[in-house]
Amino acid sequence: MIEALQFDFMRNALIAGTLVSVACGIIGTFVVINRIVFISGGIAHAAYGGIGLGYFFKLSPVLGAVIFSVAAALGMGIVQRRTHQRADTMIGVMWAIGMAIGIILIDLTEGYKADLMSYLFGSILTVTSHDLLIMLILDIVIVILAIAFYRELLAISFDEVFATISNVPVNVIYLTLMCMIALTIVMMMRVVGLIMVIALLTMPAAISGQYMKSMKKMMALASLLGIVFTTSGLWLSYLLNLTSGATIILVAGLGYCLSAIAQLFKKRLSSAAIREAPTSNQSRY
Amino acid sequence: MGTSDIAERPSEVISIRNLWAGYDHEPVLEAINLSVEELDFIGLIGPNGSGKTTFFKVLLGLLKPMHGEVRILGMSVQKGRRYIGYVPQSVEFDHAFPISVWEVVLLGRLGKRRLFQPYTAKDQTIVANALRDVDMLHLRDRAISELSGGQRKRVYIARALATKPRILLLDEPLAGIDPQAGSHIYELLKQLNRHLTILLISHDIGAIAACVKTVGCLNRRLFYHGEKQITPEMLNTVYNCPVDLIAHGIPHRVFSSHFIEEIKQARERGGRE
Repeated sequence: MIEALQFDFMRNALIAGTLVSVACGIIGTFVVINRIVFISGGIAHAAYGGIGLGYFFKLSPVLGAVIFSVAAALGMGIVQRRTHQRADTMIGVMWAIGMAIGIILIDLTEGYKADLMSYLFGSILTVTSHDLLIMLILDIVIVILAIAFYRELLAISFDEVFATISNVPVNVIYLTLMCMIALTIVMMMRVVGLIMVIALLTMPAAISGQYMKSMKKMMALASLLGIVFTTSGLWLSYLLNLTSGATIILVAGLGYCLSAIAQLFKKRLSSAAIREAPTSNQSRY
Repeated sequence: MGTSDIAERPSEVISIRNLWAGYDHEPVLEAINLSVEELDFIGLIGPNGSGKTTFFKVLLGLLKPMHGEVRILGMSVQKGRRYIGYVPQSVEFDHAFPISVWEVVLLGRLGKRRLFQPYTAKDQTIVANALRDVDMLHLRDRAISELSGGQRKRVYIARALATKPRILLLDEPLAGIDPQAGSHIYELLKQLNRHLTILLISHDIGAIAACVKTVGCLNRRLFYHGEKQITPEMLNTVYNCPVDLIAHGIPHRVFSSHFIEEIKQARERGGRE
């Protein structure tokens, strides 16, 4: 397996997996504890509209995806905050419209559409060192924002009303978080593809949340788990000659299932221990 | 809070004049007038949908009044709410939210500083004192999700105290708490009332009567005369059917004996029908 490392593309892929995992761990934690997994899925799919835009206007599809996903993130964030009912319906609508725009724009684009599938299903093996640089910069931005606004983000995630009356600029912080989610999603698009983005965004954070009792630790473990999943998924896809994005997701999914089962057993055991203690006492009488 | 500024304190801490508030042009609160004095301990009761929560939302600046004026310590609500410690009925958070008791109470210090400014040693002391006040310091590292309802309520009270408030607003302080834990909380509130003005709302008269100094009834309109006794007229206006309310043991001293008799008769009549 070591010989795979002599290929540039394999080295780049491993670095990309690591960089993406850091962003995923931090942003995924916010997504999970704020229960906005659905919004993140919406942003990811709406980003496809941006890919279409990129093709149609002969721009970079990644740039198009950035524009569309940030716009979708802000739109969905505002809808979520302003409308008190059926925000999920509107988010679903935006999700579908974004995708449809992408498909139509690609239909209207003349000529050969190279690597269209790679945006949907990921192409971690074609990551260039230029891409890596962008990922690194995004990581740094996300880490700095998360540290700078840690308390504010914790406050609005835990109790928004209290944050509001403490005069925390709740809307600004929330919409900044939405933009960070959008940028993370575009970054992840290279690794696992838009369709599977939410899986990698949420699974490491969800597993981590089962063990960690502070947001900082939850982020750290989620990032670490992300690195483990992307690296092992990549090796496995190399060994078995499978699609890398899907393999990474399946590895993460397996980790999630194992962790959920372990939690279930833990609960069973502790509740059984509680049940047994009084009954053994009673049997003496 | 130093002793030096006591002389400058206005005795009126909250002033509400002809307040109308509601949602989508539909008023929930009508023509509310209220003057809360320093160190008052007012309990407001009202049935579900009587506008209790809306009333607090207005006081906290979460809902703009349609009409009328609210001043807190002579300031606008947006400015004055810095001096209000708010204890919500419950906080809707993810059941596995990764936050410790200590971190929750530390959030009480958030409004006291600018962005990027870290918490200081003074903040840590204030948080420790607030947790000691509610007797929760020993559970400081416990995750909030591992606490019982009563303990959680104490943490929210500590968080409100950590803001160093002059006024404490409590929304249904006893909801979902067993009676023993409830009486602890009331003892605590009585103590806090020595240097804090307290306003609490509840749908449960019995619970309120145990500790407040004065009682008011709210049902779209506010009936408050700065007294401890609830008159039958007040209740009849607020609750169309007082019988249901009195069903579970209410300390009799809230009502005149004449009123208790009246209710018993009403209940018997109701039973016969």
